[in-house]
Parts: sequence; structure tokens; C-alpha cells
Amino acid sequence: MSGHSHRTPDGFAAQAREALGDRTLTQAMRRVTDLFAERRAAALETVPDWQELRQQARAIKLHTLARLDHYLAQFAGAAAKNGAIVHWAEDAAAACRIVGELAQVHRATRLVKSKSMATEEIHLNAALAAAGTEPVETDLGEWIIQLAGEMPSHIIVPAIHKTRQQISELFVDKLGVAPSDEPTVLAAEARERLRQHFAEADMGISGVNFGVAETGTILVLENEGNARMTTTLPKVHVAVMGIEKVIPRFADLEVFLRLLPRSGTGQHLTSYQSLLTGPDVGVPGRAGQGPRELHLVLLDNGRANIAVDETMRETLACIRCGACLNACPVYQSVGGHAYGAVYPGPIGAILTPQLQGMHQAAALPFASSLCGACKDVCPVQIDIPSLLLELRKRAVEGEAPGAAPAKRAAFEALTWKLWAWFVRSPGRYRFAAAMARLGDKLPLVKRLLPPMRAWASSRALPRLAKRPFRAGHKDGGS
Amino acid sequence: MPAPRPSRDVALFATCLGDQLFPGVVEATVTVLERAGCAVRFDPRQTCCGQPAFNSGYWREARQVARHFLDVFERADAVVAPSGSCVAMLHRFPQLFADEPDVAARAAALAHKTFELSSFLVRELGVTDLGARFDARVGWHDACHGLRELGVRDEPRTLLAAVQGLELVELRTRESCCGFGGTFSVKLPEVSTAMLDHKLDEVMEAPIDVLAAIDGSCLMQLHGRLERRGARVRTMHLAEVLASR
Repeated sequence: MSGHSHRTPDGFAAQAREALGDRTLTQAMRRVTDLFAERRAAALETVPDWQELRQQARAIKLHTLARLDHYLAQFAGAAAKNGAIVHWAEDAAAACRIVGELAQVHRATRLVKSKSMATEEIHLNAALAAAGTEPVETDLGEWIIQLAGEMPSHIIVPAIHKTRQQISELFVDKLGVAPSDEPTVLAAEARERLRQHFAEADMGISGVNFGVAETGTILVLENEGNARMTTTLPKVHVAVMGIEKVIPRFADLEVFLRLLPRSGTGQHLTSYQSLLTGPDVGVPGRAGQGPRELHLVLLDNGRANIAVDETMRETLACIRCGACLNACPVYQSVGGHAYGAVYPGPIGAILTPQLQGMHQAAALPFASSLCGACKDVCPVQIDIPSLLLELRKRAVEGEAPGAAPAKRAAFEALTWKLWAWFVRSPGRYRFAAAMARLGDKLPLVKRLLPPMRAWASSRALPRLAKRPFRAGHKDGGS
Repeated sequence: MPAPRPSRDVALFATCLGDQLFPGVVEATVTVLERAGCAVRFDPRQTCCGQPAFNSGYWREARQVARHFLDVFERADAVVAPSGSCVAMLHRFPQLFADEPDVAARAAALAHKTFELSSFLVRELGVTDLGARFDARVGWHDACHGLRELGVRDEPRTLLAAVQGLELVELRTRESCCGFGGTFSVKLPEVSTAMLDHKLDEVMEAPIDVLAAIDGSCLMQLHGRLERRGARVRTMHLAEVLASR
């Protein structure tokens, strides 16, 4: 299933239908999300103070987000003192321009990159490809997606939608290797190719999981060692970091390191944690242990606006673990591509409309049954259902006072107006119910009303009771 | 046997769905509450809590209906509804009336004394055995809003455990959403049905006669698909099970 470029956030309904028609995809999604949920549950059992940890993490994040300018300034200052070069990118275009110029200045043509959602968000690969220097993705999943010319469908498991069989076919097609659906054979093939890219690379690009304000340190978490090599082998390392990734103290990492791997992959700790505090500045005894230059690109791209919106601010507390995706029955059913955006699932449904604007993503807050499973598993207790509801209201009523509603079908608005007029008065409510009973006797009515038709497409229609409960309770007693 | 002295005055919130679609569930709720020693009153001015409009983004319309709900119920000692979802909506009123602190405060006070049936019986009254008898194997569906917004998990099980002849069967997908989600079920019917089928695939294989829950809306969704798939499993509201003798 390719031809994904036409997908948009507002195309969710059609894209979800398309996904549901793909049995291989739906079965793979169910299997893998179940597996991750089980692993997460098992990993939690080793942490008796899980709920307190979540509260601590939430408190740290909300504290920081309320003083984001302060902590960002502290972080940038500390990083600069360590010898890193800090760049501020207001939006995606600025960030791509900065990275592109760095590649130019260093005459870097062979770029490697480790997994990063921020660079996906700004479509960095496409921008660099236009300049002839597309980086090679070195995370196995990301590399598979890059070979296939697709978008990731999960925050931490980008190729979650692909089966072993499909990956084998892709390798045969793109790399000319012998067919095999043995994971170790496929991984060995990937390792062989990627090692070559590492050896030749003259610039490495990574994301950032956490940026520590007091020390200017960045932390990159991963399992394959590819991020370690991306950030240490090439002579130039460029790290793209969303401004919400900053946390105040080094000691705060302890809280997040206990929460993130367990929530994401069900691991107690990721295989690699790279703490990077400045470039190799030739300190005797430590020379040669890293890149000669470290650039930090601090990315806003709509985040500052979310940070000043007190109702929505907690969206930025997300640490990108992906637990809400694995727990979400909608995501489990349709996968990530249906969301038509870089960030899928529950977190994507609240983040995308805020980053891209409600005018092109108003469908996403409605792509949820509001079951609340996302909130239950979120390691920083983001109240996703409440934020979905707030965004639904904004989609209907307009984002700012006086602004035109982003998504309001006139007929739908009229329907709800009428509904409220009938239901807020007992007399009119009784009248409407009586009329509905007449309608219930006419099968044609049911076939014509779109909601009824949608319901009946897969489910038997409920019948109104012959007499409502209230008919037997006119006296007010029971 | 003389009736026990009323221990609580209860204002019954039938819910619009219960009133219009499932009066039998509401009757059973009254029966159960009276057996638990409550004096139950039904105020016929009641209509709906406003949730359908609220969840659809039409908060202005939701506020109009929620205001009416406040007017009808705020003088009650305790409000009880055979639904977790509608009661959870009461807890959303402060969010709905965020711009009107006085109404939000009234709403918060009302939410504090509004209860879902099983939690009212077990937590408020301390009643666990209603003398019910129901010979069947029952699978339980943990309705989302009751489970995650009100913390209703043990209460229905405690009540079911006391029902003679009833065998409770715990399903692997007991906490999986049925896919109803209000207008979600008709706006994204294919997704809603995929979620529903995931659950029913287990339900239809499970050794159960009845699938039960605390919410009529979930049961409407579950029943509609079970019927379409030609399953023999029946759906019942908890109140109906507890009222059986």
C-alpha cells in the first residue's frame, strides 16, 4: 500500500476505511499493539511506585512548560558553554534551512540520521534530498520506511504496519538480496549496509529525548546503537530538539528514564542512553571521543503557541513513548497512516490540529470514542480525552473568539440547535419523542436518515419502546 | 415480609436513552433501589444530561440542556442513574461551564451527589446482596466512562457475586471499548464496527449466555451487532440481572 502522499489529517474517515480493507495491515496492527501492551503491563509490575512516578513526571513537565522561556535560556546558555552551537528555528522551513546550510558549510554529502520525530515533523529528509544530500536513516525501522518511500506509522515503531514478509520483498526489490523472511538474516543485511554508511558519513543528524537545562546535556535513547554511532562517528553532529524537550535538572532524568522505556517498549531501560554534553573540544585524554562540532537546532514550529494556551499546554508534556497508540482501540484497528499526519494515534489527534492548524486537521479530534485508555497509560498523565473534547469544541465554535469555525456543516449545526431546543424543555422533549415514535413505524424514515443508515450498515437498529418509562410515572413518585 | 425502612431518598435519573429505548432497565433500577431500602422519586421534568452535544463539540447547546438538568436535580439528596456515562458527564459540567464559575460550582456540588447505580449500592449504601437469582453464565463488559472516569470496576462484580445461580465469566477484552462513543458510532461506522467486532469475536466464542454492562448505550451497540451476526448471546443491563428472582 503506497501512494500515501495524498493522505491528509482531514481525510481520516476515508483513510481509515482504506486501512480496514487491508487485512494484512489490520491483523499486524492488532498483533503488535497487543504485544506492546502486554510488555508494558509486565514492565510496570516491577515498579511499585508507578503512580507516584507519573505524578512526579507530570509535575516536572508542567512546571517547566509554564516557565519555558526561562529554562530554554538556561539550557541554551549551558549548551553554548559546553561548546555546542545553538540555533533557534521558528518553523519547519527555518529548521530545514539551518540543517541544509550546515551540510553545505561542511561540504557534507554523506549524511546519516538516527530516529527522530521532530525531523519527521519538519520533513527534513525531503528538504535535504532537494539539495542532493538526503540522509540515510539508520534506525532499522526508519530505514525500511525510507526504502519503501513511506511515512512512519508509529512514534517509536515506525514500520509497525509492515510484516516480515513485506520487508523481505522490499529488500529483494530495493537491495537485490536473496529472499528470506528470517528476521536475523534481514537484520544482518541491514547492518552490513548501514555500517558502510556510518564509516563514510561526514554529518550525523539526531533527535533529542530530553535536554537538561542546568547542564546543557542532551539525552538520546535507542536500542540499536545506531544513534550512538550517528552522534559520535561523523565529525559534525546536528541534533534537532523540540523546545518542549527541556527539563530543569539532571536528576529529573531519573524519573523519565524509569517511565519512558517501560511505557514505550516495555523495557526496563533502552539498550543505549547517550548523554551528550558538548563536542570533542580536544580535552587531553578525551580527544577523539565525539564530533568536533555539535549543533543544537531548537525547534518551535507551533510549540510556543501551545505553551501559552493554558488549557492545551499539557499536550507538550508528551515524551513520545507511544503507549497511547498501543492502547487506543482506534489506532489498533486502523494503524497510523489513517491519521494522515506524522504524529498518529491519540497524541497525534491532539497534537496535529495544534501544530498544523484546525483548518486542515479538524477531523482528528473526532477520531476517538473517548474511551480514555490513552489517559490511563500515559506516563505523564496527559488528560487526552479532555483535550480532545476541547479541540472538538474549538473545531465547531472557532479556535479564537470571532474566528470562523474551522469545521461546521451548517446542517449539523442546525440539527444540534434543534436538538437542544427540544431537549431543554420537558414538554418539547415529550413531543419530539412522540414524533419519533411515529417515525419509528415508518421504515422509510430510517432508511433515509444518514445516522440511521450509518448505524444500520453494520448493526440492527434499536427500537423505541412502545411507551417511554415516564408514561408510567406521571405522578412524580415511583 | 415488611418493607425495610427507606434509608435514602433517591431522585432517579432515567437517562434519555433509558426513558425512550429501555424503560425495562429503568423499571429494574427502581425495583433494585427499592429492595435496597430507598424511596425512589422520578421527576418528569427531566430529559437529558447534554452529553451528545458536548461530545460533538456543540458546547453552547450542551450548556442549555445541562442547565435544565441542574434545575431539575440540584435539590435532590442523591441522584442515581443506570449509566456510568451519563454520571461521568456530570463530572464534565465544570469543564463545560468553565466561563461561568457560579454554575460550575453548582454543577460540582450536584456531581458530588450523583451516582451510577452499582457504585451507589455498594459504596454509598453498603448493599451487596439484593436477593437476586439468575441462572446463567454472564460475561461482563466494563463500560469505559464508568471504568475510567468513575472507577467502577469492583462494584458490579461484588453485586453479581451475590446473585444465586449466576456464573461470572471474565473476558480477556472486558475493558476494551465497544466502539459506541456517541456520534462516533455513526460518523465513523466502519471504525466503530471494527472495535465492536474485536470484542464480539471473543464474546461469541466465550461460554456465556448473557453479556451485561452498566450502560444502555454500550448494550445497544453490542446487541445491534450480535443480532446482525446471528449470535445467541443476549445483552442485559446490570439492573435487569439484579432485579431477577
